[in-house]
Amino acid sequence: MKKYLTLVLILSALLWGCPDTTSYSRGVYMLLDTSGTYKKELKRAEAIINYLLGTLQPGDSLAVARIDSGSFSEKDIVAKMTFDKRPSVANQQKRLFKQKIDDFVQTARGSAYTDITGGVLQSVEFLNEAGAGRKYILIFSDLKEDLVKGHVRDFPIQVDGCNVIALNVTKLRSDNVDPREYYKRVEDWRSRVESGGGTWRVVNDLERLENIFEG
Amino acid sequence: MSLTKLLIIWPGSPVMSMLIWIVVMVVLLYLARTPAHRAIHSLARVFHNAFRLMARSVMLAEEKLVQRNKEVLLNAGVESVERLIEREFHRVNSVVKRDLSGYPTLHRALSDQTTKIDEDYKDSSETPPPPPAWINAMEAVANLPSQGDGTVANILNEIHKTSVSQYKNTMAEYRKSVAERHNLLKKMMPYWRRMAQTLEQVGKTITGLHERANVIDNRMTEYEEIREQTDKSARMLTASSLTQFFISGFVLLIAIGGAVINFNLIALPMSEMVGGGSYIGHFKTANVAAMVIILVEVAMGLYLMESLRITRLFPIIGQMDDKMRTRMIWITFSILLVLASVEAALAFMRDQIAADMQALRQSLAAVEATGVAVNSWIPTVGQMVMGFVLPFALTFVAIPLESFVHSSRTVLGVAGTAVLRWLSFFFRLLGNISRYMGELLVNIYDLFIFPPLWVENLIRDKRQHQPEIIVEEEASR
Repeated sequence: MKKYLTLVLILSALLWGCPDTTSYSRGVYMLLDTSGTYKKELKRAEAIINYLLGTLQPGDSLAVARIDSGSFSEKDIVAKMTFDKRPSVANQQKRLFKQKIDDFVQTARGSAYTDITGGVLQSVEFLNEAGAGRKYILIFSDLKEDLVKGHVRDFPIQVDGCNVIALNVTKLRSDNVDPREYYKRVEDWRSRVESGGGTWRVVNDLERLENIFEG
Repeated sequence: MSLTKLLIIWPGSPVMSMLIWIVVMVVLLYLARTPAHRAIHSLARVFHNAFRLMARSVMLAEEKLVQRNKEVLLNAGVESVERLIEREFHRVNSVVKRDLSGYPTLHRALSDQTTKIDEDYKDSSETPPPPPAWINAMEAVANLPSQGDGTVANILNEIHKTSVSQYKNTMAEYRKSVAERHNLLKKMMPYWRRMAQTLEQVGKTITGLHERANVIDNRMTEYEEIREQTDKSARMLTASSLTQFFISGFVLLIAIGGAVINFNLIALPMSEMVGGGSYIGHFKTANVAAMVIILVEVAMGLYLMESLRITRLFPIIGQMDDKMRTRMIWITFSILLVLASVEAALAFMRDQIAADMQALRQSLAAVEATGVAVNSWIPTVGQMVMGFVLPFALTFVAIPLESFVHSSRTVLGVAGTAVLRWLSFFFRLLGNISRYMGELLVNIYDLFIFPPLWVENLIRDKRQHQPEIIVEEEASR
């Protein structure tokens, strides 16, 4: 009897001692640029969000926020949700999420400024709090920052373990004059993200959205 | 000072230095020739002997394995034939119980039928009409000469008439008795037929028993051959095991296919029960749970087959008393039934979830569902039926699994023997190669020092020829 008890205790200790704490859930935070001409691209953003809703699994998290004059604040989050572990409930949540996005796209107003850095900082906070195993920050913008006077954003950002993906990086009129500006803008963001511990990718072909979760 | 500089003996001429070194090396090698040859031979011999030893050890291991395989194979064969003979005896027993247990009744029926037939036969035997006692007297009177006497003639006529009428009466009675006899014989026909049928039935039973006896005789011959441990029986059993291995492997592959289908049926709905986002290690908990359910079903199937004594993988179940075994049969069958019902319910849930997901995808893609799905209940019912039937179908995996386990022992033994045989051959080959490599190295060594060897040969030849020349000169004087 004593022998069996010891065996059970040892087995329990072994099982208790090595739990699998790895998180396999995905967390996606999508930043939407609503400034100026880019507001017209929101329909495309909606298609991307629909793709994400169709792809994300129960237990994954999704948040959509707009890039405003001061994006480092909760009020700019359009919708955020961690989907339930049961597929049927998760499907209901996805329908609700889609409704919120549809409403936002119809009523969205153009913002005067573009605070991408603030949005990225906000997204890192959300993804860390959600405890996602794989973190994705999607920036749907032309990557041109336009800050309110007095706002400080030229500092290194910490995006440890985050996959930062710039989507639909459109060329500005000034880029047409000097394309080096476009490449410089993208390169600056690459260096900022990679020096912050994250990975950087640009996906401009919106017909191949499956590339978002690859690599 | 670098090594290159050290090696240059003749300053300013590296070629000369190299030549000097070559000469020095050749001389040194020539001087060390005998010990070097001995060393090379020793080394080759060491490798040769080591490899030979290894080959021998492997051969011994192979022989032991062959012996062990034969023992296992023959034991398995004995057990198998014993089971077959036991089964044949059971069949004979059931035939005897079924057909020959009613033999006394049958015997009595036959006896009764025979008695009845005998009685009827006796009754129907032909009895010729009795000749009247006075017929001779009448004949004597009738033969008397009338001699023209009218009275005598009248008497004789009367006598004739009387005899004719008597004859007619007798014949009428005779015909009547013949008709009765025929009636009796007619009545006997069903009895004859019934008796023929009864005897035919007995004949069939006896023939069946005779055939079973022949089968048992053949099995007993086989059994005796195995008991005598003949090579022929071992070869036959090996061939039989290999066939069993491949057939059962094929059936197991089919069963694995069924299990995969079953898994896909219940994995998605399991995520509704245990959560779709939780993991055990690298695997989704829902998938693990679905796999566990299928494995439990297979385990229950194994226990059920064991309890029914169809398979013999767990002797402890086979050795249970009948009451306990019956209980086990009912328990395992009940669990299987519950699991099959759960699977049918999960299959239904799967259909619902899949439909919901499809609707969500359509709404996300902004596509309106076109038309109404035709006979949408067919896949639902089909999935439910599959979910219910597959667990019971998986129960029968126990039979090929038993064959596979038993035959794989033989197959692994044969494969192991083949590997050991090849290993032994390989070691022998390496031993011989190392031996001849020694010879080769010696020859290559001599190739490097061929100038002094050539000189040595010349001197030796000269020394050998010198005494011959002196002898010839002395002879010519």
